[in-house]
Amino acid sequence: MIRSEILKDIAPILRDQLVVCNIGLPSQELHMIDDQPTNFYMLGTMGLSSSIGFGLALAQDKKVISIDGDGSVLTNFGTLPTIANNVADNYILLIIDNGSYGSTGDQPTYAGKKTSLTEVARACGCENVVEVAAKDTGKALQAALDGDQMTIIVSKCESGNIKVPVITMDPVVIRDRFMKSVQA
Amino acid sequence: MSINTKIVDDLVANDISFVTTVPCKQLAGVIDEIDARPGVLHVPSNKEDEGMGLCAGAWMGGKRPAIIMQNTAIGVTINTLATLIQYYRMPLPMLISYRGELREPVACQVEMALHTKALLAQMNIPTYHFHTQSDADELNEILKYTFMCNKPVAILTDANFWGGYGDQ
Ligand SMILES: [Mg+2]
Repeated sequence: MIRSEILKDIAPILRDQLVVCNIGLPSQELHMIDDQPTNFYMLGTMGLSSSIGFGLALAQDKKVISIDGDGSVLTNFGTLPTIANNVADNYILLIIDNGSYGSTGDQPTYAGKKTSLTEVARACGCENVVEVAAKDTGKALQAALDGDQMTIIVSKCESGNIKVPVITMDPVVIRDRFMKSVQA
Repeated sequence: MSINTKIVDDLVANDISFVTTVPCKQLAGVIDEIDARPGVLHVPSNKEDEGMGLCAGAWMGGKRPAIIMQNTAIGVTINTLATLIQYYRMPLPMLISYRGELREPVACQVEMALHTKALLAQMNIPTYHFHTQSDADELNEILKYTFMCNKPVAILTDANFWGGYGDQ
C-alpha cells in the first residue's frame, strides 16, 4: 500500500475528527479524498504538523490527529521529546512512514534505511508507540481513538504517489473553518 | 514590582495562557515567573519553529499564545513566520532577548543583532525595542495590538533593558 491508499482506507475514521495534515501530497490527497472543515491543511512549513496538532491538543479537550510523514518527522525531531514530556491523552500522532520524501520525488529518507522512528519515539520518552503494517493503520487508529491515552502510530508503507490537484483554498478560509469546527 | 512580574502580569491581563520558550539568560526571570502562574501553560520547545507550531495549534484551540526566544531565532523561523503565522493570519507576540546590543560581552552575538531589525522589517513584522525599563509600559498596548490585527509582533529587549549582564 502507498500513502494515498492508507488515507482512502482511514478517511471514514478521520471524517469526524480534528486532523492536522502534513504539507504537500498528504494534504492534497486528503483534500481530494474527503475534504472536511475538520481538516487543517498545511500549505507550507514542512515538519510542523505534529507541533501544530500537539499545541491544539494541549489547548482544548477534543481528540486531535496529526498526520505526519517520516521525512517531516526527521525535519522536526525536537517534537518527539516535547510530546513525550507534556503528555496530552487526546493526541494521536500518525506517522505514515514510506521511507521517502514523497512530495519531492521519492528520494529516500534515513527512516527507510537504518533509523527506526518507532525506536526514536520510544527513546524520546513516548510511552505508547505502535508500529503497524499499512493495511492495519485503520485498526490501530480506531484503537487509539477508543483508548484515552496519547498514541504514536508508525505506519510502514511503500513509497509512491498518485496525481492530485494542488489545494487552492485560501489559507485563512482553511484556518477559519477549522477553528469553527474546533469550537463546535 | 519587578520587571519580570510586570511583564507576566501584562501577559496574563491579555488572556495569554499558553507560552512556549527556548531559554535565554536574560529572560530566565520571566520564565520563572510564568512557571509560578497556574493559569499559564508553559511548554518548553527544542527549537523556535517547533514552538511557533505549538503556538499556532494552541491559538486554533482557543488559547492565546506567546513565544519567548532569542533574536538569533529570527534566522531559524523566517519560513515559519511567512508560511504559517502570516499566511494563515495568526497572532503571535514574540518576547525576544535582543543579544548583541550595547553591553554585550560575546562578540558572536553581534552578528545576528546586525540582521535582526532588517529581517523583521523585511518580513513586515511590527517591532518594538525595549531599551530602558519604562519602555515596558507599552507592553499591554502592544499585546492588545497583536491580538487585534492577528500578526506576529516582535518585542526586542536588550541588555540595557535588563540591567546589563551582572558581573560581565
Ligand atoms: Mg515519506
